[in-house]
Amino acid sequence: MTLPELPYLMFPLWILLFGFIGSLFFWKYWKVQQAFAITSSALYLFTAGLLVIAVYQNEMLVLQIGNWPAPFGITLVADLFSAILVLISSIISLATVIYSIQDVSKSRKKNGFYPILLVMIFGVCGSFLTGDIFNLYVWFEVMLIASFVLIVLGNDKAQLEGAVKYVILSFISSGFLLMGIGILYRLTGTLNMADLASVIPNHPNQPYIIISAVFFFMGFGIKAALFPLFSWLPASYPTPPISVAALMAGLLTKVGVYALIRFFTLLFTFDTALTHGFLLIVAGLTMFFGVIGAVAQNDFRKVLSFHIVSQIGYMVMGLALLTQWALAGAIFYMAHHIIVKSNLFMISGIVKDINGHSLLSKLGGLYRQYPFVTVLFVISAFSLAGIPPLSGFWGKFILARAGLESEQYLIVFVSLLVGLLTLFSMSKIWKHAFWSDVPEGETIQLTKSQLYKKKYLLLIASVFLTVCTLLMSFFPDLLLTLSQKASEQLLDPQVYIKNVLNQ
Amino acid sequence: MNFIIALIIGMLFTSSVFLMFQKSFFKLIIGVILFGYATVFFIFTIGGVTKDAPPLLTNAPDHNQALADPLPQALSLTAIVISIGVQLFMIVLLKKVHEDVETEDLDELNSTDRIA
Repeated sequence: MTLPELPYLMFPLWILLFGFIGSLFFWKYWKVQQAFAITSSALYLFTAGLLVIAVYQNEMLVLQIGNWPAPFGITLVADLFSAILVLISSIISLATVIYSIQDVSKSRKKNGFYPILLVMIFGVCGSFLTGDIFNLYVWFEVMLIASFVLIVLGNDKAQLEGAVKYVILSFISSGFLLMGIGILYRLTGTLNMADLASVIPNHPNQPYIIISAVFFFMGFGIKAALFPLFSWLPASYPTPPISVAALMAGLLTKVGVYALIRFFTLLFTFDTALTHGFLLIVAGLTMFFGVIGAVAQNDFRKVLSFHIVSQIGYMVMGLALLTQWALAGAIFYMAHHIIVKSNLFMISGIVKDINGHSLLSKLGGLYRQYPFVTVLFVISAFSLAGIPPLSGFWGKFILARAGLESEQYLIVFVSLLVGLLTLFSMSKIWKHAFWSDVPEGETIQLTKSQLYKKKYLLLIASVFLTVCTLLMSFFPDLLLTLSQKASEQLLDPQVYIKNVLNQ
Repeated sequence: MNFIIALIIGMLFTSSVFLMFQKSFFKLIIGVILFGYATVFFIFTIGGVTKDAPPLLTNAPDHNQALADPLPQALSLTAIVISIGVQLFMIVLLKKVHEDVETEDLDELNSTDRIA
C-alpha cells in the first residue's frame, strides 16, 4: 500500500482527544470549551470525509499500533462499513454540537458538558475503527462511561431514575461482553479479529464457539436494544436534554448494531442456520414490539424512543438474511436511521421549546403558526416511515427485496406491517402536535420572532440534517454504491484477513 | 482445583443475580459488585490456574504447558479498573437518587415508565 495510513486512521481520534484534553485546561471557561467542541467536531467531519475517500480508493486501511505485527498488537482497521459509520457519526456530532449551543442550560455547560460529549464521540469513533475484540470492549467502556455522565448531568429527577436502569443494564452487558471475550480467547488463543476469523472456520470445537456467540449476542444485544433486552432504552433516552438524547438515539445503539454485524459476518458464520436463523426471529420480534410500544405512548419523545427499538430490528434483519443486498440494505438503513432519528429528536426539542411540553395531548397549533418546523418534521417523519421517494423507502425497499430473494416471506410481511404502524404512530404526533389547535389552557411559550432570534441554531442544526436526508433520498446512488461495496467486503472475510495479517 | 474455582464463579454469579432481583438499593449495589467480581474472576481463570511455576521460560520440553497464560491476567486488570469505576459511579448515583426521589425501593423508580 502506498499511502501512509497513519493520518487517515489516527486524525479523527486525535482531533477528538485533543479537543477533550484542551477543554479540560479551560474547565471554568465554558465558552472556550464550546469553541473547542465546535472546532473539533468540524475537523472530525473533515477527517472522516478524507477517511471514506481513502478507504474507497484503497479497499481497506490498516494500522498496527506501535508497529507490533498483527495478531499480537492492537490493530486499527477501517473498511468501508466502519468508514461510512465514522462519517455519519461525524455529521451527527457536528449537528448536535451546533444544536447544543442554544439548547443546553448554562449550568450543564459549566459542569463539563462539552468535554464529556467529545469523549463520548471519541469512544464511538474508536469502537468503529478497532480490529481487536478486547480493545473494542475498552472503547465501549469509554463511550458508556461518558454517556452515563451525560445522561445524569443536570440531576433532574427523571434523569436520575432513567440513569439507574441505563447504568446497571449497561454494566451487565459489559460483563457478558467480557465473558464472551474470555471464552473466545480460551478457545482460540487470540484477540485479533482477523486472526480469529482465520482460526474459527477450521476450529475443532465449534459448538463451544457458539457459546461465546451467545455471550456476545447478549452483550451487544443489550447495547443495541434488541427484543427482550430493550427495556432500558425507553426509560432513559427521553430524560436528558435533547442534544444528548439526539446524539445517543442516533449513535449509541448503532454502535451495538455495528458490533453485532461485525461479529456475525466476520467470526460467527460457520453455522448460519442456527445463529442467523435466531437473529432473524429476534429481528422480527424487535421490530414488532418496538412499534407496538410506540403506538401506545402519548409523549413525543417516548414515541421516538420506541421507534429506535423497532428500527434496530430492520438492521438486524439485514444482518440475519446475510446476502449482499440484505447487508447493503442494513448499512444504508443505519446511515439513514442515524440522521433521521437524531433530526426527529431535535425537532421534538424545538416543539418542546415552543409549547413548553412534550406530552402530545398538550401540544398543538404548530402547522398554523410554524409552517417551517412542520416541513422539517414531515420530511423526517415520512422518511422514517418509508414513504417514497424519501431515504427510508430505499432502505426498506432493499431489505424487503433481499428478504423476498431469500424466500423469508414472514419477515418481509412483518417489516411492511411495522412500516404501516410506524406511519400510524407518526400520524398520531402529526394530528396532536401539528394539525390540531392549541388546546385550551395552554399557551405558546415562544413566539416566532423569539424562535428565529434566540433559538436559530436549533433550526440550523435540524435543517442541516434535513438536507442530508434529502440528499440521501434523491441521490441514493452514492450511498448505495458505498454500502454495496461495504457489504461485499463484509461477506468476504478473506479480504479482511488478508489486509490485516499480510502487510 | 478447577472444579472448586468453577463452583466459586457459579456461586458468585448466582448470588449476584439473586441480589440484583431484590428491591433494595443496597442489595442492588452488592449484587452489581459481585457480578463485576465474577466476570473478572472468570477472565482470570481462563489463562489456566497453575501452582509452583514462575512465569519464566526454560528450554525444558513442554515447559510452557505448565505455565499460566499471562495475557488474561493483564486483561483482568483492565477489567477490574473499568468495573470499579462504574461501580463507584453507581454508588454515588444511587445515593443521589435516594436523596432526590426519597425512596429505597427500586419498584418506585417508575415515573419514566408510566404512560401519561
